[in-house]
Amino acid sequence: MAKATFERGYNALKEQIDAPIASFLSSCVHCGMCAEACLFYAETGDPRYTPIRKLEPLRKVWKQEYTLLGKLTSLLGIGKLTDGELAEWKEYVYDSCTLCGRCSLVCPVGNDLVYMIRKTREGLAAAGHAPEGQIEASKRAIKTGSPMGVTLHALNAQIKHVEANTGLSVPLDVQDANYMVLLSSMEIVNFPEYLEAIAKIMHQAGESWTLCSDAFEATNSGIQIGSSDIARELVSRVVNNAEKLNVKVVISPECGHAYSAIRWEGPNLIGRAYKFKVQHILEVLDEFRAANKLKTEGFEESRLTFHDPCQLVRRGGVVQQPRNLLNMVSKNFVEMEEHGIDNWCCGGGGGQSAIEEAEELRTKAFNRKKTQLDQLGVETLVTACANCRIVMEEGLEAYQMDIPIVGLTEMLVEHLVEEGGK
Amino acid sequence: MEANYTELLAWARGPGFEIALAIFTFGIILRLLEILMLGRKKDYFVARESRFGGGFRTMFSRFFVSGKTLQRSWFIIVVGYAFHLGLFVVLFLFTPHIILIQSSLGLNWPGLPSTLVNTVTIVTLLAMLALLFNRLTHKVTRYLSTLQDYFVWLVVFLPLLTGYMAYNHMGLSYQLMLALHILSVELLMVVFPFTKLMHTFTTFTSRWYTGASAAQRGVNI
Repeated sequence: MAKATFERGYNALKEQIDAPIASFLSSCVHCGMCAEACLFYAETGDPRYTPIRKLEPLRKVWKQEYTLLGKLTSLLGIGKLTDGELAEWKEYVYDSCTLCGRCSLVCPVGNDLVYMIRKTREGLAAAGHAPEGQIEASKRAIKTGSPMGVTLHALNAQIKHVEANTGLSVPLDVQDANYMVLLSSMEIVNFPEYLEAIAKIMHQAGESWTLCSDAFEATNSGIQIGSSDIARELVSRVVNNAEKLNVKVVISPECGHAYSAIRWEGPNLIGRAYKFKVQHILEVLDEFRAANKLKTEGFEESRLTFHDPCQLVRRGGVVQQPRNLLNMVSKNFVEMEEHGIDNWCCGGGGGQSAIEEAEELRTKAFNRKKTQLDQLGVETLVTACANCRIVMEEGLEAYQMDIPIVGLTEMLVEHLVEEGGK
Repeated sequence: MEANYTELLAWARGPGFEIALAIFTFGIILRLLEILMLGRKKDYFVARESRFGGGFRTMFSRFFVSGKTLQRSWFIIVVGYAFHLGLFVVLFLFTPHIILIQSSLGLNWPGLPSTLVNTVTIVTLLAMLALLFNRLTHKVTRYLSTLQDYFVWLVVFLPLLTGYMAYNHMGLSYQLMLALHILSVELLMVVFPFTKLMHTFTTFTSRWYTGASAAQRGVNI
């Protein structure tokens, strides 16, 4: 990485601007509706968190570089972006935005606000104004492959543990498998149940699969911080290894941003299509269900609801699959009032949960999820994102609520029909 | 006395209008080119749906608001609609306006009775006042608003007001009111391409881009 300077930041913003952004910025009438859609405005009532305002640095660069009027006024020194302003915007572009994309759904003129916030992060990151927590995570990701510094040793230890527990083998670096499974560090450290669940499900489905020792991490801190260089490097590791192993499908784990990163941004970052397919684990499981390869028995006893990870629904189109799957194992599944593509974020997506100084804001924002849960009176909360899960566990703790959170994949595995595999 | 304004009215109707129309037309073309020429990078991911269907769908689906969004933002939506529809009626369904358009473009369509348009004008003016009140008092819009927001409000309000006054023979002499009405429209036309008034056109390109990209991801918005 080159040294962070204001000039690099300015140029990064300039490079991001395309026809959609110019159209969006030309369209805004300052109606304020995006504020009502934003978790951080909704829970704090602070107008500084209005999504369109978070784009002020981008708007200034666009105006000055790409409009006749802006070029003329900037000759007079009016409306120029400063480094101080970029630094100040860290609070708006990172601390109070999880890239959840709710704002993009309500804008009457049709502006894709979150698309622009993601791009604005490129400018702040290049100018050195990204949050410390995310800078550290990105450095660890480049160096060790994992934003949390999880090494292959840790994974190997977990593989041994899973193999001992299940009596199944966990394939590593196997050529020509149908599926290559990615994990998030959060799963390796906090939720080892996930890998065990995968082993059991793949065994029941009779599918060939593998982990890859050089590319097991799915999350991409380059995308969260807004550094295409880092993001490209991290995506390339997965792509190169998956193509080397000649797998058919790469499975993104229970993580929202990891899916966005590898499914949508990845091919654009490396400038070509992959030679394999990318699916989220829920898409794979739903396909198994439809093909009768996922057989379950019994039902959950508790009343439960599903928290949609933003990147899976609004930004990923994986909406129906978790519902199909939940209905396999629950007769007591209720929906939150706003769910699916209208869901509310957990409050810590898009790398927000890595920002220590934003913890208070995160807890405040969680009040929205708390309210949604209170309305339903559920006993169990199911989700499909390890980051949502950690953030919500902390949120529930802060509000002294006693609701267990379960990953959907592991909940399904609790009900797998045993076929003498153990 | 009336004769004193003949020259002003003639200028407004003649050279004034031509200048305004030229700036309006070339300004819009320039601005649209500024936007569209930037282009967008090619996507390499495997899309779930084509851009075309989603882009087209969202151009229209964004006209409809329901559920919690409507509940949360009902004021701006209801009053905003009243203003936009009212403006549309006054601008395009008032017979003298249609005659003017016919004389320059040759297009023709039936207008509404003038008394009805007159009433719609009152509603539109009231809606604009309500929107201004909201802009000044709601913490988000007050915070977001810049000089341009108030200036644009004024240049839209003036033609409506002067048109209403001229039609109802209020205030100054009819000839002067009409001249002021035309001049205020010309001001609107001149600032149009260089302000947020461009959303008249770019709303559709914006919705297109957003809907197209959502469709690629399989999200129906």
